[in-house]
Amino acid sequence: MTDFVAALGQRTLFGLQGVGRAVLLMARLLAGVPAALRRPRLIIEQVYAVGVLSMVIIVVSSLFVGMVLALQGYYTLVDFGAAESVGTLVALSLVRELGPVVTALLFAGRAGSSLTAEVGLMKATEQLSSMEMMAVDPEKRILVPRFIASFVSVPLLAAVFSAVGVLGGYLVAVGMIGIDAGSFWSNMQASVTVRDDILNGVIKSVAFGFVAGWIALHKGYEAEPTSLGVSRATTMGVVHASLVVLGLDFLLTALMFD
Amino acid sequence: MLADSSPNETLVEARGLVFRRGSRAIFDGVDIDVQAGRVTAIMGPSGSGKTTLLRLIGGQLPPHAGSVRVEGHEISALSRPDLYRLRRRMGMLFQSGALFTDLSVFDNVAFPIREHTDLPEPLVRDLVLLKLQAVGLRGARSLMPSELSGGMARRVALARAITLDPVLVMYDEPFTGQDPITMGVLVTLIRRLNDLLGLTSIVVSHDVQETMAIADYVYVLADGRVIAHGTPDDLRDSSSEWVRQFLDATPDGPVPFHYPARSLEADLFDGEGL
Amino acid sequence: MASQRTIEIWVGVFVAAGLAALMVLALQIAGLTELRQPPGYQVTAYFDNVGGLREKAPVNMAGVRVGRVETIELDTESYQARVVLRIDERYNRIPNDTAAAIYTAGLLGEQYVGLEAGWDDEPLAAGGRIGDTQSAVVLERIIGQFLTGMGD
Repeated sequence: MTDFVAALGQRTLFGLQGVGRAVLLMARLLAGVPAALRRPRLIIEQVYAVGVLSMVIIVVSSLFVGMVLALQGYYTLVDFGAAESVGTLVALSLVRELGPVVTALLFAGRAGSSLTAEVGLMKATEQLSSMEMMAVDPEKRILVPRFIASFVSVPLLAAVFSAVGVLGGYLVAVGMIGIDAGSFWSNMQASVTVRDDILNGVIKSVAFGFVAGWIALHKGYEAEPTSLGVSRATTMGVVHASLVVLGLDFLLTALMFD
Repeated sequence: MLADSSPNETLVEARGLVFRRGSRAIFDGVDIDVQAGRVTAIMGPSGSGKTTLLRLIGGQLPPHAGSVRVEGHEISALSRPDLYRLRRRMGMLFQSGALFTDLSVFDNVAFPIREHTDLPEPLVRDLVLLKLQAVGLRGARSLMPSELSGGMARRVALARAITLDPVLVMYDEPFTGQDPITMGVLVTLIRRLNDLLGLTSIVVSHDVQETMAIADYVYVLADGRVIAHGTPDDLRDSSSEWVRQFLDATPDGPVPFHYPARSLEADLFDGEGL
Repeated sequence: MASQRTIEIWVGVFVAAGLAALMVLALQIAGLTELRQPPGYQVTAYFDNVGGLREKAPVNMAGVRVGRVETIELDTESYQARVVLRIDERYNRIPNDTAAAIYTAGLLGEQYVGLEAGWDDEPLAAGGRIGDTQSAVVLERIIGQFLTGMGD
């Protein structure tokens, strides 16, 4: 019994230590941002790696998400004689929730995991240590540009996700179901606002990019320097980033649309 | 650099060094002096903390007690910027080479120059080619690290370690896992670079023959302590059991063959637990 | 790894695509309603009951959108709903005796304010008041009246 309590206590302390280290790392990452901006080339390389290379998955999945939303929305709305509102439903779901959230989840899986693996491998193969011995701070040289690239890329990806998703909804609603294109757009435009919906969506996606990049880098940086340790860190990075994104989404939604 | 590394000046000085990992003491009061301009070897069986020693000197790990001084600076007392300034005067060759896998050989060697200076690209190119020439790999400059053999990777890493013309170069197990020819090349390189560039070298190794061949002074570590030190000739004449076991590579001796355990009888007849 | 130049081009394309998507969101999906606010003037109307009317609801005249509802609040003296309408500047010749009513678009659709033009030559001035108003049709009340009427 005491063993169990002790084990519980130990695990809790361990977890808290991990959180503490992660928060300290975030503070150092943020502090490193201004200096890193003076070397845009490093950031551009990382925006390519995490942003450009995530475009395909974002475009394809958003197209399908938008199409499914239109179809499901139509089945429900048609019973109330409000089939024209399907555009509103698609646009609001995408702009407020699905755009930022699904983008962040896909980003954690596609780009976050590769960030964790890359940093973890650099640690395991002593590349980070050797950088330190060359008097180059690996946090500033390796982590910060990747961190910046994450929170720059996710909002852009989320905007693409929402826009392409609405296009998918349009294809199904107008092309397949036969809803009038004019009322599809005008219903949408009457309900979606720039400040309450789109701006809040953008704020959410910046926060998600921030969190997804930070957790991925933290896991890689803290990874045990073995192949098992790196693969474990990669999995945990995706799991933790996804959970934190979903939790944060609830928090932000409650704050924004009270 | 030759001017300020006149012989018999102590470049690195460790006093009463204590370092623990968990409850295990890796160093338990170690004193080491590294004379400028010389090749000092740290030898000892695996697990005797040789690599840890290099990390303590480089300031990557803080000691639990005792002091490490490099050029008179107490490493653990240096501020981060000062430590980084001092590290520019050190080069370190990691056991794995630790080349940046996404950069070519040329870019790997150019890395420290590009990070620390604003030299124009033609000048960077000349410097890198000279360093690569010194390790005989000028022709391999456009290869990627994955295309290199282990020995070549170490030579590239060596070129990278000396790009900023350091005062001190540390070698972590440079000979491990190399074929005899590569070993010979590395032995010659370490000695020649040390003498030609006026470096001070610390070689950590458990390869007795190669290390004894190039070292000016040797420390033997075991059980967290310095058990012997002196010139290679002194050690060869040593009658210490420790030194004999290490130099003659006998399996059992003061360094036990068996990991500490209960007696075999007790373990076999008890039959319980692991 | 792709060359530095290729990377830069792709990142440029990516950033441009992201910004373009944001523009699409603002212009095509939100219709940029609140940023594209046309110049206009305010008029006030009092209703006994606004039903489900909400702020930003459209104000139509003969089915054409001429403005939108700006604020809805309770007037604590008359206990009526005080609705401020914002009419677009180009419709500045609406007769003074125009009537306002609250309608529903479709059976379950959104509610909006409909204006019925009067005959007065004098135009409705900025800050003016619409006297003739007709409240929202509250479905429950109509059904109630219908049932009472049947009883007679």
